[in-house]
Amino acid sequence: MTNFLVAEGAPNPVIPSIPELIIGLIAFAILLFLMSKLVVPRFEKLYAERVDKIEGGIKKAEQAQAEAEQALAQYKAQLADARAEAAKIRDNARIEAEQIKEELRAQAQEESSRIVAQGQAQLQAQRAQIVAELRSELGRLAVDLAGKVVGESLEDDARRRGTVDRFLDELDAAAAPASK
Amino acid sequence: MGALVVAEGGAQFVAPGPQSFLYPEILPGVTKPVLQIALAVILVGAFYVIASGRLKLVPGKGQFISEYLYDFVRNGIGREQIAAKDLRPYLPLLLTMFTFILVNNLFGFIPFFQLPTMAHIGFPLGLALLSWVLFMFVGIKRHGFVHYFGKTLFPPDVPKGVLVLFTPIEFVSTFIFRPITLTVRLFATMFAGHIMLLVFIEGGTYFLEQSVIGIKFISPVAYVMAIGLSFLELLIQCLQAYVFTMLTANYIGSALADGH
Repeated sequence: MTNFLVAEGAPNPVIPSIPELIIGLIAFAILLFLMSKLVVPRFEKLYAERVDKIEGGIKKAEQAQAEAEQALAQYKAQLADARAEAAKIRDNARIEAEQIKEELRAQAQEESSRIVAQGQAQLQAQRAQIVAELRSELGRLAVDLAGKVVGESLEDDARRRGTVDRFLDELDAAAAPASK
Repeated sequence: MGALVVAEGGAQFVAPGPQSFLYPEILPGVTKPVLQIALAVILVGAFYVIASGRLKLVPGKGQFISEYLYDFVRNGIGREQIAAKDLRPYLPLLLTMFTFILVNNLFGFIPFFQLPTMAHIGFPLGLALLSWVLFMFVGIKRHGFVHYFGKTLFPPDVPKGVLVLFTPIEFVSTFIFRPITLTVRLFATMFAGHIMLLVFIEGGTYFLEQSVIGIKFISPVAYVMAIGLSFLELLIQCLQAYVFTMLTANYIGSALADGH
């Protein structure tokens, strides 16, 4: 009695069934069509969008940074400008102040010298007046006195004036060193 | 191929073999594997079409799965093997190949199906032939017939004396063995894995049916083994889908590459 039985109709498993081969390929082709027309383009679109988004984000950030740097530079420039402006204004003010001071001083000087000159002129005039008055008074007094002393009236005006003038000149000469 | 008779005088134990892969026709020309292939097309197609229909820049929970799968094929397989600038036209092929094989393999694990479709050699052979024709076509299209075979069989950096050995080996391994190894690797792992599971499951059932009580106790061990092996098979099913796709990508990538 044999212990082994040969299975009835056992096929050779390495001999391919041609219908199965064809069916497998058709099935594969259907899937391949779906994948290449629908699925893969959609996924690739997603990938591209994602890449765009990330790269776009990076670009945006870079742009923002550049803008910020530009703004900072601008601010710094403005600040420097403002400082320079302020310094200029300060300098101008100082110069102006100096100028005004100088002007005022000149004005005051002028004023004072004017006042002094005026005073001097006044003094001069008064002195001249006084001198003239004194001269006539003194002349008259002297003549009167001399007339009384001499007892004779000096009728001749011309002679009289000559006498008086001579006297006064002598008086002036005597007084000059004292008045200087 | 034989059926081993274990018990004396009892029911005969017919060991699982190629005949276990024979299924009756449900409709004329339609058998279980054919149905599974059709179902795989529907499942994979529906999954991707629905998932890709509402993609958002910021993925939600549902999108995460489809995107993870897509990213695995695109960057994990495609980018590793094919230069980035050439990759785009081959993405649909790689994605289809990976998910199609994966789902068909997983039918071997999923209850009620429990037959890896790729254990029928016709299916992996079809895909392997496709891969074979494609990589040669791509190479010839890129480099021209003479230059493509020249760069593959007579690389300039190989010394002339070595070419005597190199050229025949390279010719056989590249242009003859590639489709065969692709087919056999996928088919044999699925076939053998399925038979192994059948042995433990049918064996367990056979022991359970024995009249001697002592023998009945062997059957739980067999069932536990079957469950454990199912998970091992699950790993192998995923791995084989990956290997098949990765090799196809590699063949295309090396056919496109300039230097060899």
